[in-house]
Amino acid sequence: MTTVQPTQPSFWNDTGRSGLAAWIFSTDHKRIGLLYFYSTFGFFLVGVLLGLLLRIELMAPGRTIMGPQTYNALFTVHGVVMIFLFIIPGFQGSFGNLVMPIQIGARDVAFPRLNLFSWWLYIMGAVIILASLFTGGGPPDTGWTFYVPFSSRTGTNVSLAVFGVFVVGFSSILTGLNFITTIHRLRAEGMTWGRLPLFVWSLYATAWVQILATPILAITLVLVMAERLLGTGLFDPGRGGDPVMYQHLFWIYSHPAVYIMILPGMGVISDVIPVFSRKPIFGYKMIAFSSIAIAAFGSLVWGHHMFTSGMSDTAILVFSFLTFIVAIPSAIKVFNWVSTLYKGSISLDAPMLFALSFILLFSIGGLSGLILGAAATDVHVHDTHFVVGHFHYVIFGGAGFAFFAAMHYWLPKFYGRRYAEKPAIVAWALMFVGFNVMYFTMQVLGMKGMPRRYYDYLPEFATLNLVATVGSWILAAGLIVMLVNLFRGLFRGEPFTGNPWGGATLEWTTATPPPTENFEEEPVVTHGPYDFRGTGIP
Amino acid sequence: MSHLKDDSGAKLGMWLFLFTELLLFGGLFLLYSAYLSRYPHDFSSAGRQLNVVFGTINTVVLLTSSLFVAMAVTAVQRGEPRRTLWLLGGTILCAAIFMAIKYVEWSTKILHGIYPNSPHLAAGPPGESVFFSLYFMTTGIHGLHVLIGATLLAWVGAKVKRGAVHSGDYILLENGALYWHLVDLIWIFIFPLYYLIL
Ligand code: HEM
Ligand SMILES: [Cu+2]
Repeated sequence: MTTVQPTQPSFWNDTGRSGLAAWIFSTDHKRIGLLYFYSTFGFFLVGVLLGLLLRIELMAPGRTIMGPQTYNALFTVHGVVMIFLFIIPGFQGSFGNLVMPIQIGARDVAFPRLNLFSWWLYIMGAVIILASLFTGGGPPDTGWTFYVPFSSRTGTNVSLAVFGVFVVGFSSILTGLNFITTIHRLRAEGMTWGRLPLFVWSLYATAWVQILATPILAITLVLVMAERLLGTGLFDPGRGGDPVMYQHLFWIYSHPAVYIMILPGMGVISDVIPVFSRKPIFGYKMIAFSSIAIAAFGSLVWGHHMFTSGMSDTAILVFSFLTFIVAIPSAIKVFNWVSTLYKGSISLDAPMLFALSFILLFSIGGLSGLILGAAATDVHVHDTHFVVGHFHYVIFGGAGFAFFAAMHYWLPKFYGRRYAEKPAIVAWALMFVGFNVMYFTMQVLGMKGMPRRYYDYLPEFATLNLVATVGSWILAAGLIVMLVNLFRGLFRGEPFTGNPWGGATLEWTTATPPPTENFEEEPVVTHGPYDFRGTGIP
Repeated sequence: MSHLKDDSGAKLGMWLFLFTELLLFGGLFLLYSAYLSRYPHDFSSAGRQLNVVFGTINTVVLLTSSLFVAMAVTAVQRGEPRRTLWLLGGTILCAAIFMAIKYVEWSTKILHGIYPNSPHLAAGPPGESVFFSLYFMTTGIHGLHVLIGATLLAWVGAKVKRGAVHSGDYILLENGALYWHLVDLIWIFIFPLYYLIL
């Protein structure tokens, strides 16, 4: 596998238009991928700032820097931004778009214009959500879950925010159906289902979850708007409705949505670990299959969010049981990654460090999820900081760290320049330490009974809260080092050419940065994605 | 990896989209079944206040429109653009009739004080209020789909007229027709649930 000398211009140079228009009207999946990357990652940084403010408020009991109403608004906006503007659109949109078509040997996605439209919808939704903060009754204060009856009564600008989320959801559906069609129709010759990189498999499963679950969120949000604007009363017990029905509809989407967040991350890890262990992935079929299994079983467990909301004992038993079942495919993945490491020739480059810490953090998050999935233990820690710690371990320690792994692994490929290795490792170490100091402490606090979504707490929680806040600063310091190093490297760093990591998937066979049509000539695939013979690296 | 037009791909994409539309209404049907089991009596007394005649006529109108649009696809395959345009016109006319009847139906209900959050419903049994809220939401969103579908077909019709959609390349019309069948199909669920079985 030799690297081709580019004869076609790279996707950076080739375009009829110029300036901003060459980007925001481009239908090239790589440009759209970068658009998504910068917009979603920008929102991630906004979310981080809000999170840090929340932690500062919780640094000491009583009012520290804000009052209760501001705190309510901040955790709501933090949640909405992180979930709907960063992690759900982020992975599919940025790395799915950048990498997936190249990995299957296609020139672009199946519907390039629809792809661009998805990004525009996403931006419009984001603008609407931002507008909701400054208009009407001010930023919503319901939490990102928009639970009724509060969300139908509060005077804050819930209607507009919910409408923004609706638009973003539409964008998500369109990306999902675009990716499914692409993976079915545009695979290069020889790219059988058994040779798909596991990242593509995970995107495929994610896309199914997107199109199966998001419509339910859409109708739920429409009903909340109708509740507020028309007074339909469908969730209002005073008029025959039932607020618990809202919770069912919301979680029928939002539990599967956690797999939209985590599955692509698992795909990145499945691609990174074999490359940096110089060993074919262990259990390719099981990993691919477990992505599908997660997508399938994940749609049956939403009730575990509602053990304390009022459900029959039978329902609690069934949902609890199914929740344990859905842990199995995730565990299968973890065992397979670890087995891949066994006797591998491991090199600890930055992407690999993020991938390894993913395994640890995701496992902690997953195991604490079982405590929440068992009804008997859940009633004690429901709505406490234990839950906050749990889902940050999964979506930040899991999906977030996988996102960082993908940034270090793939972005140099598209820029042709790379970051410096040492600062990347320092950044990783700081983030890893800060992360655990903050969120492990939060889980302990939850066990001791500190509730979530409160700006104040009893004095006995003071020390641990201070520790958690210090953790958030260590994490933030690491993040800054990472940002400076990564982006300086991408624009001014050492050249990055050829196949320095020794990957065996198709993106490493084409020029760096790739040409507009991705390949000089149509690739014919002759070996699996983790067959490292011939990559030139022992 | 080719620049050739991929009609099967386009159709796959459309089917996936239709699936999401079905699921969107699925949420409403879920609420319907949950509340039906809670308020069986209120639902049946409320359901009997709906006008079966209007509902039946609208069902016939939509089924006819589906037939028209299916015939339009055959016509374009056979290379008969004029016939295609007439049949599309027929479909859109049916859509207009459907919406007109819906308008009459809704306005009589509203005149009788039956609409979401109305004092009349607030004074009645809770199940009836839930029923009518669901009725207005479901038929309202369905009506919106009728409008979108008709606009889509009109747009495709303009392309047929310009010759951009013809016997060699008619995937747009096929997909438009699929969308229209979906609109019809959803009504086939709504009609019995709200007008007949209660
Ligand atoms: C430096 C980074 C972060 C910090 C300091 C932080 C901090 C916090 C804190 C303190 C809360 C709890 C507020 C409370 O219940 O009283 C919270 C809630 C939350 N966070 Fe984060 N977070 C960070 C990153 C993230 C990321 C990366 C995500 C997701 C991708 C995320 C998603 C959420 C969500 C969904 C909530 C729940 C909001 C609600 O209760 O409605 N956070 N965060
Ligand atoms: Cu869940």
